[in-house]
Amino acid sequence: MEKNELVSLVEAERASRRPVQVRVCTASACLASRSREVAGRLRSAAGRAGMVDRVDVREVGCLRLCSAGPLVKVEPEGVLYERVGVEQADSIVGAIGGGRAEARIGDPSGPFFARQLPMVLENSGVVEPERIESYLAAGGYGQLDRVLRELTPEEVVEAITRSGLRGRGGAGYPSGLKWATVAKMPPGRKFVICNADEGDPGAFMDRSVLESDPQRVLEGMAIAGYAVGAEQGYVYLRGEHPLTIHRLRLAIDQARRLGVLGSGIFDSRFNFRIDLRIGAGAYVCGEETALMASIEGRRGTPQPRPPYPAQSGLWGSPTLINNVETLANIPAILREGAERFARIGTASSKGTKVFALAGNVCRSGLVEVPMGTSLRTIVEEIGGGAPEGRSIKAVQTGGPSGGCIPASQLDTPVDYESLKALGSIMGSGGMIVMDDRADMVDVARYFMEFCRDESCGKCIPCRAGTVQLHRMLVRIRDGQATRDELHRLERLCEMVKHASLCGLGQAAPSPVLSTLRFFREEYESRLTGG
Amino acid sequence: MSVHTLRIDEKDVSARAGQTILEAASENGISIPTLCHLEGLSNVGACRLCLVEVAVVGGGTRLAAACVTAAAEEMVIQTDTDRLREYRKMIVELLFAERNHVCSVCVANNHCELQEMAVSQGVDHVRYDYLEPRCDVDLSHPRFGLDHNRCILCTRCVRACDEVEGAHTWDVSGRGTLSRVVTDLNAPWGASETCTSCGKCVMACPTGALFHQSSTVSEMIHERTRLSFLVDAREKKQWHA
Amino acid sequence: MNAPTKAVGQDEAGSGSHPSGDDRFARIDEAMRRHRFEQDALIEVLHAAQEHFGYLRADLLQYIAHGLKLPPSRVHGVATFYHLFTLTPRGKHTCVVCTGTACYVRGVERLLAAIESETGAVPGRTTPDGRITLEVARCVGACGIAPVVVFDGNAEGSQTAESALDRIRKWNDHGEE
Ligand SMILES: Cc1cc2nc3c(=O)[nH]c(=O)nc-3n(C[C@H](O)[C@H](O)[C@H](O)COP(=O)(O)O)c2cc1C
Ligand code: SF4
Ligand code: SF4
Ligand code: SF4
Ligand code: FES
Ligand code: FES
Ligand code: FES
Repeated sequence: MEKNELVSLVEAERASRRPVQVRVCTASACLASRSREVAGRLRSAAGRAGMVDRVDVREVGCLRLCSAGPLVKVEPEGVLYERVGVEQADSIVGAIGGGRAEARIGDPSGPFFARQLPMVLENSGVVEPERIESYLAAGGYGQLDRVLRELTPEEVVEAITRSGLRGRGGAGYPSGLKWATVAKMPPGRKFVICNADEGDPGAFMDRSVLESDPQRVLEGMAIAGYAVGAEQGYVYLRGEHPLTIHRLRLAIDQARRLGVLGSGIFDSRFNFRIDLRIGAGAYVCGEETALMASIEGRRGTPQPRPPYPAQSGLWGSPTLINNVETLANIPAILREGAERFARIGTASSKGTKVFALAGNVCRSGLVEVPMGTSLRTIVEEIGGGAPEGRSIKAVQTGGPSGGCIPASQLDTPVDYESLKALGSIMGSGGMIVMDDRADMVDVARYFMEFCRDESCGKCIPCRAGTVQLHRMLVRIRDGQATRDELHRLERLCEMVKHASLCGLGQAAPSPVLSTLRFFREEYESRLTGG
Repeated sequence: MSVHTLRIDEKDVSARAGQTILEAASENGISIPTLCHLEGLSNVGACRLCLVEVAVVGGGTRLAAACVTAAAEEMVIQTDTDRLREYRKMIVELLFAERNHVCSVCVANNHCELQEMAVSQGVDHVRYDYLEPRCDVDLSHPRFGLDHNRCILCTRCVRACDEVEGAHTWDVSGRGTLSRVVTDLNAPWGASETCTSCGKCVMACPTGALFHQSSTVSEMIHERTRLSFLVDAREKKQWHA
Repeated sequence: MNAPTKAVGQDEAGSGSHPSGDDRFARIDEAMRRHRFEQDALIEVLHAAQEHFGYLRADLLQYIAHGLKLPPSRVHGVATFYHLFTLTPRGKHTCVVCTGTACYVRGVERLLAAIESETGAVPGRTTPDGRITLEVARCVGACGIAPVVVFDGNAEGSQTAESALDRIRKWNDHGEE
């Protein structure tokens, strides 16, 4: 499609908007509470009320307060409805333009929303994930267009470096440095991979971003492709989530059809295509070398590094591999400017971070805050603390590779270094709140079971070590272990941590070590004499 | 060809570009324990017994698997520290606990690399639970046998069959501790359509997991060196000249 | 790239008749052709095969190995590495219990135990009568409404042992067709 055709498409999209927008969340959690039916009922209610030319019912992505879904937001009035039932549709439509609906009203200016800074999520709950026109009308692909016209690849890499962006996939590797490494490799076949595996078993940020604003990630990938000199991208997605697969597939098709992906993008000489690769259920495939093996159709077992993917990755070619959220940051960084981005956050961790807040917390959902926000702000103000008047005992971040942070440390700011100092990690953004009922030995056992089940089996420390560690944790939990056993547990943890081949094994002991550090008495008090 | 100088166990050694720490060490008479490595096959870095301590700038050391880490200029390496000895011991114990290694009744008794490793690493007892998994024995092949009880999943058979014989009869199925080596679609070895009965996998196996059904045990020991001889001869085109 | 809807090559008489007599093999052919018979496409082709056949029978794995010119052991190795592939038939109904962290914290393990004892199924297996396949998943992406159980593809939040057992009993009551 020619550029002027695109421009008129955007104009048509903007012109088609009616004065009132009723936005219905159709991301995973709300869909599970039948939000699509709600949308259908709202549409027919608008019809019955003779308001079709005034009211648009739009199916949007995650409105973030997932625990109160299905959520419906009416704009420009800014009214938020929670737990909307199909039978409330007429009443909600009737209340448009003044009046009160027979439905539970939420507080869009309450602490859940007020303490957040949506940047990666700026379009989540606003644009329609299944219609590229909607993304374009929100200014989407504007940065790709500008970059292709105004910036050299080196300038793009430079901007990302100056922004201070670090990888959101867990390890926090400086993105600019990674891009520069791939860009500096001799010209030839190169690849960009978006790591959308999101295997942390209590995390849904990346999936929500893709379900809510898939085009944004594709735009980020295309910009990355231009910057490093790649013409082919892959999104590696979990096979477990049909909705995400469906939306991304649709998004890629639409982008291709409009020519914002493909050859000669925006009348430039830049070509970029994106293909989807669907995983088949293996946590270890989030590890970059295993992920690439999986894209190549093999067993997802990790390879020793070096060589790093940036030097020799997919089919031996230099490969840039970034997390979903990392890539979703790119359009915003280029639009706002690296310097403005770098002003958000802390000295070492720039920008915002998206968390999937869940567990024993009153309000759970998607949360995006500036780096440096304290855990307390997130779990107590945004999340509203533990339900049923209970108290918070610990917050788990980083999933099976992370740790449990005790309530006494809730004033810790979220940044890569502070969380690491507490024996946890930022991780990709799963944040699980545990209340005073949590049994920390069992929590360690839970994560060890996960690692045991997900170990690829290639190296001995992880394959055989996690099995033994799990058995020891069961015995300690059940009060059948001696002090000797606890020592054995600690020594085996050390070995598995240092001797395993990949990050899965190396981090598998983390939940044990962090609970031992902060909740040691829960272990000690259960030991038997022996 | 560029040459690196490095220190291994307080000894100055030189290594050609592209050589691994393991190769540099062994050329200089320093032996590092290995199990998944076999001369002539690709390296996978899986058993972790060859871990060595490499000094890092600014103090401290990091662990690196000698079989897959390139020797580099000015590296300072320790191959036999207390910490490494302890880790190796634990790894060997984990292997003994994982399957059913009853050496006294094993065809490879006294000719088993795992058993030798236990002796050289001073493993006199196992601190972990014996998992005692139920494992099959496959005697369907007319000449060879497979006993999963003795398999340590080193994948030397997989690589020998794929990289040397070119048959790719073996692969690993499942994952984690439930992994098993399989022939073809997990059919009995004797029914395999790809196996040429060349015996290279048997030569490559470090334990009694793969064996000659008829043979006496003592044959097994030369066989492993024969495999690397074969590869060497092929690479240097000794048979074609 | 759009997959050709009509088969290209020597396919006779439109779609339909596959030499094996089972048209579903044509779907596998289509998937292989879409990927130009590249060996890297193994996982994609296995997905397609499982979608059309429900599970990966040995003859399918053999067929795919031939089609992509891959060693059979490699096909078997890949098919057994990934949780989503199953080499045994599934039951009439599937019940997937989320054992992700949010659901764990909200007590899903008790719920799972209740389902196990009610149905006699263990995760990853199908009941002997072939009626129900019980599975566990590590986070189905609806943590906000944990604990979550997916009944025949429909995710249901805020489950209790009672509500889950109710659903399952309904299958058993109406399951005679
Ligand atoms: C066991 C394991 C699982 C991982 N899972 C993920 C994942 O699900 N998503 C992700 O982005 N990164 C994951 N990673 C990190 C990736 O290997 C890689 O570092 C990351 O995708 C790089 O992207 P970034 O620089 O943008 O963070 C995982 C690493 C390990 C060791
Ligand atoms: S650490 Fe675990 S997952 Fe990683 S290579 Fe070793 S066995 Fe596989
Ligand atoms: S005998 Fe030869 S062909 Fe047969 S499995 Fe062993 S190595 Fe492969
Ligand atoms: S059969 Fe022998 S060579 Fe093959 S993986 Fe097992 S121990 Fe290693
Ligand atoms: S899924 Fe609807 S608010 Fe998150
Ligand atoms: S010999 Fe190096 S890891 Fe096994
Ligand atoms: S942990 Fe169950 S839905 Fe996420």
